[in-house]
Amino acid sequence: MKLEAKKVSFRYDRKRPWVLENLELSVNEGERLALLAPSGYGKTTLAMLLAGYLRPQEGEILLDGKPLPQKGVCPVQLIYQHPEKAINPRWRLRKVLEEAGAFSEETLSSFGIEPDWLSRFPRELSGGELQRFCVARALLSGPKFLICDEISAMLDTVTQAQLWRRILEEGERQPLGMIVITHNLFLAKQVCTRGYDLEKGESIEL
Amino acid sequence: MKRLNYRTKAVILAAALIVILVFLYALGSLIPESAVAGSFLEAGQPPSRKHLFGTDSLGRDLFLRTLKGMSLSLTVGFSASMISAVIAVVVGVIAATGSKRADAVINWVIDLVMSVPHTILVILISFAMGRGLKGLLIGIAATHWCSLARLIRGEVLQLRSQQYAAVSRKLGKSSGWILIHHLLPHLLPQFLIGLILMLLHAILHEAAISFLGFGLPPEQSAIGIILSESMRYLSAGMWWSAMLPGLSLVLIVLLVDRLGERLRTVLDPYSAQE
Repeated sequence: MKLEAKKVSFRYDRKRPWVLENLELSVNEGERLALLAPSGYGKTTLAMLLAGYLRPQEGEILLDGKPLPQKGVCPVQLIYQHPEKAINPRWRLRKVLEEAGAFSEETLSSFGIEPDWLSRFPRELSGGELQRFCVARALLSGPKFLICDEISAMLDTVTQAQLWRRILEEGERQPLGMIVITHNLFLAKQVCTRGYDLEKGESIEL
Repeated sequence: MKRLNYRTKAVILAAALIVILVFLYALGSLIPESAVAGSFLEAGQPPSRKHLFGTDSLGRDLFLRTLKGMSLSLTVGFSASMISAVIAVVVGVIAATGSKRADAVINWVIDLVMSVPHTILVILISFAMGRGLKGLLIGIAATHWCSLARLIRGEVLQLRSQQYAAVSRKLGKSSGWILIHHLLPHLLPQFLIGLILMLLHAILHEAAISFLGFGLPPEQSAIGIILSESMRYLSAGMWWSAMLPGLSLVLIVLLVDRLGERLRTVLDPYSAQE
């Protein structure tokens, strides 16, 4: 399996400048690519393009040579930066997970989710706790590729380590391809197999 | 006794108001027509212990007529505003989720309906639909959905762009599923408060249209009818025939208004946490 961006260009409006131009990028399954760039270089835009939330004006996003499916469960799942926005505030957390599919108690504990959180509402949990639900939800849907957009920026270091260990375990088990967006070069070195600098538009050694 | 917090108090008050309104409705509809038949021997009596609101020029007991009138007002008001609120949700959701053309057409219709004064439009529709209860119901229901529909359209547009709705689509959920599970529950507060606010308008419009003679038939015990009949006798000193039924109408509108206010307190996120 291979997720690739071919000559992708994107802008939010015809009158606005290009956010991304002629971008070439590819990730194989089992590979973990770190996407590094300062703010405003289109990291999140690229993440949304790769997961099919946005469509490029030019070029295409291909999964195994084919465009991403428009219907059904998307094999490329995106985990957003702000979990409190990505979870319906009126739903109990059990329903949030059920939206992605069936789950067992054991999977929950491995994501660091306490069973009694399931009956709570999102505002009764902290950002880090909610982010575990977002990660669990994305993985429960059985994706081939996972795109993590600054998912651990709001977590303390111990929790970050726990969350990433869990994601990496899951990545090894399924062979999952991953794109990790971060500002944190140290995190990228720990987690990823190679890097890409969106500012310069070239691959970098980690 | 433990001091109740703001929210609990609001819930209790809202429940009490609903009970009062239901009680008034039941009371009015339990009174048989024969009780308001009246006799000429008792025509034009001022309020007394036997006739709390006095009697009208035909000797009918005004207290019983007013009660029946309030019950009728609530029936007309509630059914018309319920229909109107449902229309508002359907139209608002279609405008927000449908094609651009549907949105444009709906907005145009809303502008059109809102640009004509309500009362005139209700009179026209009610008259065209054969007057009476049916005409009045259709007239009120067809004119009151506009502002709520606009509100709901905006709300759905905003909800649809939420990340959790986008995530849901990528988890393979259909538009219908997202509408029912993600969007509609968020619209419940707007729906309820819109309904109550419309109820106020509907009751007042029902009374106004009947007063002007374009609504309910004159033999019905509606407050609008009672008021318009009393006009002729006011100069003869029968102050009670307009004053007391009129005040009852104000009372019922105030009750509904308070109910809307309490519900808003409970449902509005800014005040719900107080």
